[in-house]
Amino acid sequence: MRIALFITCVNDLAFPATGIAVTRILRRLGHTVDFPADQTCCGQMHANTGYRAEAMPMVRNYVDVFDSYDAIVAPSGSCTAMIRDQYPHLHPPATSVAARTYELSELLVDVLGVTDVGAEFRETVTYHPTCHGLRMLRLGDRPLTLLRQVRGIKLVELGDAEECCGFGGTFALKNPDVSTAMLTDKCARVRDTGARVLAAADNSCLAHIGGGLDRHRSGVRAVHYAEILAETGATS
Amino acid sequence: MSRPVAPATGSGRIRTPLPFPTAAKPAVADTQLRANLHRATRTIRAKRARVVDEVPDWEALRDAGAAIKADVQRRLPELLEQFEASATAAGATVHWARDAAEACRIVVALTQAAGADEVVKVKSMATQEIELNEALEAAGIAAYETDLAELIVQLGDDTPSHILVPAIHYNRAQIREIFQRRMADAPADLSDEPAALAEAARAHLRRRFLSARVAVSGANFAVADTGTLVVVESEGNGRMCLTLPETLISVVGVEKLLPTFTDLEVFLQLLPRSSTGERMNPYTSMWTGVTPGDGPQDVHVVLVDNGRSAVLADPVGRPALSCIRCSACLNVCPVYERAGGHAYGSVYPGPIGAILSPQLTGVADNASLPYASTLCGACYDVCPVKINIPEILVHLRQQAPHPPAERAAMRVLSWVMRSPRRWAAALRLARVGAGPLGAYRERRTGARTLRRLPWPASAWTRSRDLPLPAPQTFREWWGKQ
Amino acid sequence: MVGEAVSARDEILARLRTALADSPPPVQVPRGYRRVDDRPDLIATLVDRLEDYKAVVHHGIDALPRLLSEVGRLAVPTDVPADWLAGYAGELHRDSPPLSPAALDDLDAVLTGCAVVVADTGTIILDAGPAQGRRALTLVPDRHICVVRTDQVVGLLPEALTRLDPRAPLTWISGPSATSDIELNRVEGVHGPRRLEVVLIDSGA
Repeated sequence: MRIALFITCVNDLAFPATGIAVTRILRRLGHTVDFPADQTCCGQMHANTGYRAEAMPMVRNYVDVFDSYDAIVAPSGSCTAMIRDQYPHLHPPATSVAARTYELSELLVDVLGVTDVGAEFRETVTYHPTCHGLRMLRLGDRPLTLLRQVRGIKLVELGDAEECCGFGGTFALKNPDVSTAMLTDKCARVRDTGARVLAAADNSCLAHIGGGLDRHRSGVRAVHYAEILAETGATS
Repeated sequence: MSRPVAPATGSGRIRTPLPFPTAAKPAVADTQLRANLHRATRTIRAKRARVVDEVPDWEALRDAGAAIKADVQRRLPELLEQFEASATAAGATVHWARDAAEACRIVVALTQAAGADEVVKVKSMATQEIELNEALEAAGIAAYETDLAELIVQLGDDTPSHILVPAIHYNRAQIREIFQRRMADAPADLSDEPAALAEAARAHLRRRFLSARVAVSGANFAVADTGTLVVVESEGNGRMCLTLPETLISVVGVEKLLPTFTDLEVFLQLLPRSSTGERMNPYTSMWTGVTPGDGPQDVHVVLVDNGRSAVLADPVGRPALSCIRCSACLNVCPVYERAGGHAYGSVYPGPIGAILSPQLTGVADNASLPYASTLCGACYDVCPVKINIPEILVHLRQQAPHPPAERAAMRVLSWVMRSPRRWAAALRLARVGAGPLGAYRERRTGARTLRRLPWPASAWTRSRDLPLPAPQTFREWWGKQ
Repeated sequence: MVGEAVSARDEILARLRTALADSPPPVQVPRGYRRVDDRPDLIATLVDRLEDYKAVVHHGIDALPRLLSEVGRLAVPTDVPADWLAGYAGELHRDSPPLSPAALDDLDAVLTGCAVVVADTGTIILDAGPAQGRRALTLVPDRHICVVRTDQVVGLLPEALTRLDPRAPLTWISGPSATSDIELNRVEGVHGPRRLEVVLIDSGA
């Protein structure tokens, strides 16, 4: 199976550790991963902010870059949802590649049939199901299923877990007061858990929640769950 | 047939006087309001979840509800004509109103023709939308709201902030205070127990019900094949208004139609459970024209367009007309919970308001509302008629007028991102450019983040640190392997 | 046919027809929901639902005399079955000629039958048919005593609709008057009858 990594624009620039983690997990499981260098961005921010015309070149570029792969994995619930839910409507030739695009936990659990990726991580972790993963991709408990198999991990439940963190892409900038109020409540629920690590499937939401947790010097680290799955206890 | 006539937008209380973010700002800062909304929305969410979970065929009911409403929209002109014929045959008089002002004129004229200088009102979104109370008052007619929450709002000189519970923004202590200040016959020792407050409202309105000559209502459903109107309520104020006065005037949006009486079997299961979180609301009244010797003998229906034709004209936005005003989307919305209903500036707040109001007025007149959502999708999950609210929000954002600076930035970014070569160069430039700053911040604070930036980035850094580009981009890491 | 001569009716219908210029395709309504209840004991479900809404349930016609003995002034529809009133010693007000709202407000209770009852939701439906009278009768008095025969009980709401004539004025009652308008907590007792009592009688017996 030819697997390609769609890193996403935000991860490429600010969260390369997530992409490195995905690469390590898949290689550890014996798969070859490609990183087509011509990839850019899925166009979600443009499309969801009202600039669909400006998103279209990115949509077409995605099809050009990834159409030849059997499976494309993206470590982002919201980018995967953009591709799977919106691409077929925006650009019908994208229908097939959209259906072959998976969020990491879907690839691991559904396509590769793996729940134990051989990870070890000795920390108390709480998991926030991000909205697009939860309600658009219907990831269900796939990410948690993977995390539960990690040796040494202590998973604690997040209160009001299914409630949005208040990021919402440009919402965070256009509606800063409401966004901040939602963030404050989410950070409080995270701190209630006593966890030292907050995991989720989207680095953009994590930048928002993590940025809020850092602002209050909570000592909770926000990481993409791929980075936990990549840990083997050998390094950190 | 008639020549093409363009669909028209509506008027009334459906426009935001202030952009949503501006209107939300004081609401978010009001800790009492936040606490009231937090408690109320969480109470109703839990109740709804319990009674929905016990229905094994809930998804089948939703599918049927969505399909019936789509069918109504597709056949709206013929169903309206059918409703008019059935209701007229049963003794009702059907009126048509192009917009809010015309609807108000009709109700005022009917009230005057009945020789009344006051009306009792059943809670109705349509009459709030057309600002009927103000029109009646201008004509010297007193309008008395009889739903408890509407009464609270009216006595408090306020406007509704929720579709189902217009006074959701008040807690019991605030309601007692309003009653003591504005309800002349409130007991001196009125407590803030909900039962005592309800008792005070009962006593206050009793005589008015028994002597009222004209009532004004809305309708939850209007059945085309029989001419039947349906009002779903809890307190009995609806039954009082629909039964005791001689004249009954019902103001009904054209989208409220159902094709057949049998279709009620779907909607009377979906609505109460989605709305008050009950298996069935205490009272539902159905009437078809006039019944000799029973109830009002002078029955009128005012069918109102007021922008609904404009909503119907947009095939993507059209399902907003499926809304049955249950409020489930408001109750689960994290944005509504923080901002409250008044921030939406329209009688239709929350997620449904964010798609309905801009469509009723034209998006340019309510341009901030499609952005009053994180697109989290909780509204779509609970909608009993499966309106894909996030999809319509994104659709309306395409039509919204964009700020010039934002448009310029988005175009530049699109120009960069559409080209793999330019994007790779931009990534390198951003990484290199931010390198010294990132290294400096990391040395000083241990993290490659920024804490304070000037406008417009301050919208982010006011409440969260901003991550800087990593020391190497992912593609640089990949290239080095 | 232009200008001021166009009625609101014709203009609205024309606008709507224009709005549908895209000719949406026909819709097949999927009716996969339950239309018949397969629960074995509908009466137990009904009692559970009624009590959940703070209605008081009595069993058997024999419960009526004791109930009515507490009622000083009782309103009844003109066609109330005579055996329901057996032994009633209080002031009886038949709705003929029709009692005024003020007169009804002075009475202590009303006694009626009903048309159909939905067990699943605990809903009593009145259709102004036999032993029910007009709508005001069951609205103004503060206590409603309603006799329900077991053969009037159906399981689900769709079953009830098939038994109703849409042209009749219909009142669906699920528990006593209530409101959730204060902090979204339900409290019983606002404008409608604050006490709802149901007397279940076995029609097979």
